Amino acid sequence: MLDVSEIQTIDHDVMVIGAGGAGLRAAIECSAQNLSTGVISKSLLGKAHTVMAEGGMAAAMGNVDSRDNWKVHFRDTMRGGKFLNVWRMAELHAQQAPERVRELEEWGAVFDRTKEGLISQRNFGGHRYPRLAHVGDRTGLELIRSLQDHGIHQGISFHMECTALELLLDGGPGSGKIAGVLAYWRETGRFVLFRCKAVIMATGGGGKAWSITSNSWEYTGDGIALAYDAGAELMDLEFTQFHPTGMVWPPSVRGTLVTEGVRGDGGILLNSEGKRFMFNYISERFAPETASSEEEANRWLDGDKTARRPPELLTRDEVARAITAEVKAGRGSPHGGVFLDIASRRPADFIKRKLPSMYHQFKELAEVDITKEPMEVGPTLHYFMGGIRVDADTQQTTVSGLFACGECAAGLHGANRLGGNSLSDLIVFGKLAGAGAAAYIGGLGATPKPVDDQVTGAIRRATEILKRETGTNPYILHEKLEQSMSKFVGIVRIKAELEQGIEAVQALQEEAKTIKAPGASQYNPGWHEALSMRSLLITAEAVTRAALMREESRGAHTRLDHPGESPEWVKYNVIIKRGADGAMAIEKRERPPGPEHLVAMANAKIEDLESGKVGGEVV
Amino acid sequence: MAKRNFRVWRGNIEGGEFVEFQVDVDPGMVVLDVLHRIQTHQANDLALRWNCKAGKCGSCSMEINGKPRLSCMTRMNIFTEDETITVQPLKTFPVIKDLVCDVSWNYKQNKRIPKFKPKPKGADGTHRMYQEDVDRVQEFRKCIECFLCQDVCHVIRDRDAKQEFVGPRFMIRLASLEMHPLDDDDRIPEIRKEFGSGMCNITRCCTEVCPEHINITDNGIIPLKERVVDRYFDPIAAIGRKLFGIRRRTKTRAEEKGEAK
Repeated sequence: MLDVSEIQTIDHDVMVIGAGGAGLRAAIECSAQNLSTGVISKSLLGKAHTVMAEGGMAAAMGNVDSRDNWKVHFRDTMRGGKFLNVWRMAELHAQQAPERVRELEEWGAVFDRTKEGLISQRNFGGHRYPRLAHVGDRTGLELIRSLQDHGIHQGISFHMECTALELLLDGGPGSGKIAGVLAYWRETGRFVLFRCKAVIMATGGGGKAWSITSNSWEYTGDGIALAYDAGAELMDLEFTQFHPTGMVWPPSVRGTLVTEGVRGDGGILLNSEGKRFMFNYISERFAPETASSEEEANRWLDGDKTARRPPELLTRDEVARAITAEVKAGRGSPHGGVFLDIASRRPADFIKRKLPSMYHQFKELAEVDITKEPMEVGPTLHYFMGGIRVDADTQQTTVSGLFACGECAAGLHGANRLGGNSLSDLIVFGKLAGAGAAAYIGGLGATPKPVDDQVTGAIRRATEILKRETGTNPYILHEKLEQSMSKFVGIVRIKAELEQGIEAVQALQEEAKTIKAPGASQYNPGWHEALSMRSLLITAEAVTRAALMREESRGAHTRLDHPGESPEWVKYNVIIKRGADGAMAIEKRERPPGPEHLVAMANAKIEDLESGKVGGEVV
Repeated sequence: MAKRNFRVWRGNIEGGEFVEFQVDVDPGMVVLDVLHRIQTHQANDLALRWNCKAGKCGSCSMEINGKPRLSCMTRMNIFTEDETITVQPLKTFPVIKDLVCDVSWNYKQNKRIPKFKPKPKGADGTHRMYQEDVDRVQEFRKCIECFLCQDVCHVIRDRDAKQEFVGPRFMIRLASLEMHPLDDDDRIPEIRKEFGSGMCNITRCCTEVCPEHINITDNGIIPLKERVVDRYFDPIAAIGRKLFGIRRRTKTRAEEKGEAK
């Protein structure tokens, strides 16, 4: 019998799971509030998925266009999210993003500059004004490195290459308050028990359930699954963003991200007939604010402030659907995408300066010189709008002591995220989650204690995978899940396929019971893969069930059998939690009404918002 | 699809050997793709690090046919068709298992470096910096911490002088702080006495292997060496010190506190 006292034990006030932008910002806040703070990360520090973010972080600083302010940013975010966003989160985000960005500068970040020496801002899809603070097309690297280099001097304990297996509660699985985290060191395969008063999830999404994705191996939905196991509610998981522009060739890099910055800096989308097709896909909602001709779009690019924005800069859901439709109509590129052309729009030195890593990426991986020829691009699974349900102000989940921020938390982005709103999400809500955890710990009485049986049970389940004589190959199981999700829960969905998707996930869950990793526990990726399958399968099931329940097409969720937004469905969130019988329970839950002043601002005509007729003067 | 021969080092700190694999390779693949294929079908427990698969995170560093490289950016078509491809872990750091090394020494060096210290904001509450003034710092900040430069640096690799020199990666980090228009700290004494700027003998091997094409030696290390020389050996500065009492730090903080080793 396993003795819990023999397991390595580390005590902190708060444990942050994940060391991307959200996790690091949360940890910095916890430490600033004098909490003993531990961070665990599956990879080495500085390698988290944030590093892949390219285009920038949205914050209405008005450095490039002084007409910008938080109210316009808020309105853009709500419209981009098709009004399903948690109102308060969209408000907090738009209000606080500028201060969070300036704070990064105080910590050493070096953004691209305007002529006046201020932080420069670039155009992006769905943002009315140039709003994205950026560093060429490597903004995520700048963000993570700034937080990392600041964070290592704040007394935070970083535990690298350490994977969380289970959240420990003082009442055992699914009951009571957070009391710790059970994890294992990837290097040795040994288990470690972190005892703590609060946990902040900052684990990102679960894009690795699909075969064509911009996500790295880390994106296995760990936070979503661990929170679900702990009894937390999940929300709106049907909204999975397909970024319109991933690489499509060569096959081994299919899905790798091509930044929206290419379009923000003037790039256009062309079909095989050389036609700029996006003009055919302008929805009613965005028509009044989108250029109606190439001539107008070109004037906008030349800086004419009276011209409206080109349709290539519509929100991601709209552009991804348009590309899919063009390919389906037989007007795709040779490798099943469309053409993204910046070569004919901007001089080579401009492209190399503003988009250096895109230049590099295409040159090295696809042997394409983007200053001379167009890129081939197509949709790639990129981001989860849904996730763990949290309180807007504190980021607390429905489990006492469990907090979530960044991509693994739901609410800010509604049915579709605007590009650039993710990096700002991380720093705004990372800080709020840290403050939320500190407030919770301040009001907590006796320190909750983990239950031994929960620890030993989780260790037993993990080690069985190594001990089994034979069993399913974890990599092959993962590939099957990817194929199933891509086939049944793709960019356009339909009831019959979603039902097949659920059956397929259930069959794979059954198969996962006999998963086998050969070899020892020391740095064994096969074992790591097998352990992460549990999270992936829970996440995949939740996404599929939510997609089946929502009978409308809104934002990133497109149902062939239920076209168009339904005025009824916007009133509801889809909530998932573990049922009393252990099976996944799903609920259509009415949303609380939005605060009047915010509803008025989100629905206002842009002229009325800017003149102060709606929403009042900007403060 | 063609069969290709791979020799992959497998083992741990106690020892190991090259293991041969025959793998089907498709057009467009990189070395990391091939290693993943080996992992899926032939050696489930083959240890390696990777994340972004697009040259942005610096995780998948290894030595491929003797050269330090990112495996995600090493296309298979740079090798001849009958060439056996040999893959082994970075030599400069202790191996953990297979292609994974213990690179924790690097993280310790970073922590030794005094952090960014911002100047006060201007009267309008902003920091003003101009693009031309941040260009060179931005070059250094492109670093993805792949540690290929650390791996190839003679001082660390062949002489194992890890106690005396922080290596090119952290000279670049220091340069990015020292040349940051808003930074208000002075790390020159430490750069000379603790971080070992004098150890670099300018062979430029680090610059050659940098996947981000950072001009590590010429734009980073040499200017730092010059700043050190100016501080300690410039006769005009010495006169300045004598005549006008212009004093700039020559002792490290540890020396000032009497704690230097």
